[in-house]
Amino acid sequence: MKCLIIDDEESARMVLQQLISKNPNLEIDAEFSNAIQAIKHLNHQDTDLIFLDIHMPDFTGFDFIKTLKNPPNVILITSDSSFAIEAFEYDCIVDYLLKPITQERFDKAVQKVLSIPPKEPLKKEIQDPESNLNQTENDLYVNIDRRLIKIDIPSIYLIEAKGDYILIKTNSKNYTVHSTLKKIEEKLPQDLFLKIHRSYVINTKRIIDIEDNSVLIEKDVIPVSRGNKPELIRRLNLL
Amino acid sequence: MNEQPNLSYVHELSGGDHDFEKNFLRIVKRELPLDAERFRENIAAENFKEAAANVHKLKHKISILGLEDSHRLAQEYELQLREGVNKLENSFLEILDAMMNYLEKIQT
Repeated sequence: MKCLIIDDEESARMVLQQLISKNPNLEIDAEFSNAIQAIKHLNHQDTDLIFLDIHMPDFTGFDFIKTLKNPPNVILITSDSSFAIEAFEYDCIVDYLLKPITQERFDKAVQKVLSIPPKEPLKKEIQDPESNLNQTENDLYVNIDRRLIKIDIPSIYLIEAKGDYILIKTNSKNYTVHSTLKKIEEKLPQDLFLKIHRSYVINTKRIIDIEDNSVLIEKDVIPVSRGNKPELIRRLNLL
Repeated sequence: MNEQPNLSYVHELSGGDHDFEKNFLRIVKRELPLDAERFRENIAAENFKEAAANVHKLKHKISILGLEDSHRLAQEYELQLREGVNKLENSFLEILDAMMNYLEKIQT
C-alpha cells in the first residue's frame, strides 16, 4: 500500500518512517510537514493510506480531511485521546494512534486497513435537471423599490449580510436588497459561489489571493471562518 | 521530578538500528529547545492557548524520553492552559530542563 505521512514535526515523521519501514505491506509515497502541500499532492496523485497528525498549525487533521472529495483511508496520529469521538464521525478514519506509537499497535492499525475491501470506483453523479437549470441561468432578479432589477450573476463578486438586508457587489454597481444570504445562496450556482463566513458569500472565480484567514476579492479583504476554510481550499486548483 | 529520561522507547523503535537512533536523537535535540522557546515566549506574553498548543507538541517528546508521570503532568497543564490557568509552569519547565540536560549528554 502506498502511504503518505503528514505531520509538522520532523521527529514525529521519523518515528512513522521507522514504523513503516518495518511493515512489509507499506511503502512511503511522500511526506509533508503541512496539510496544504499534501492537498496539492493529492490533487495529482492517489494514495492508499494517510498517516495524519491532528494538531498542525493553521489546519487541523480534521480540516484536511474535509478538503478531500474522496478521502483515502486515514490513520490519525495524536498525543491526545480526547479527539477519538470526533474521529468516529469520519468514515475514512480507520484507526487512531496515540503517541508514542509502538510497532505492535502500529501494525494492528495497518492490519485493520488491509482488511477493508477495496473501494468501488465512483459512479458518475446524476445531475438534478433543476439544479442544472439553476447553474446555467445567468440572471438574477432582485426587488428594489418595487422594481425587479436584473443582475448578471457572473458579475457578482461579493454578497455581504447587513442585518435584514444583503449588499450585492458587482463590477459596475452595488445593490442593497431586503433578503438573506441563505435565500440568495439558493439562487446562485453552487460551483461558482461559496459562503466563506457567516456574513459573506463570494464568487470564487473572482478571488485575487488568499492569505491566512482572509481572501482578497476585487478590493475587499474578506475574513474566512475556520469552518468554511476546508471547502474553500478544496475548490482551489492548487499547483 | 522523580523519574529520569531514558531511551527505552527509542531503542524499541530502532530495533537495534544505531544509525536511526543517532539521527533521530539529533533531530529531537534540535527541535526540543525551539519548541521550549516558543512555549516560554507564549507564556511570557500570556498567550495561554498558544502555549497549550506548544505543550501538546512537547508531550510527544516527553513520551519519547519515557517520562510517563511528566506526560500526565503535561496533559493536565495543557488542559489548564486552554482554560487560561497557568499553575504548573514551574513543574513543566523543570521537565523541559531535565530533558534538555539529558539530551545534551548524549553523543549524536
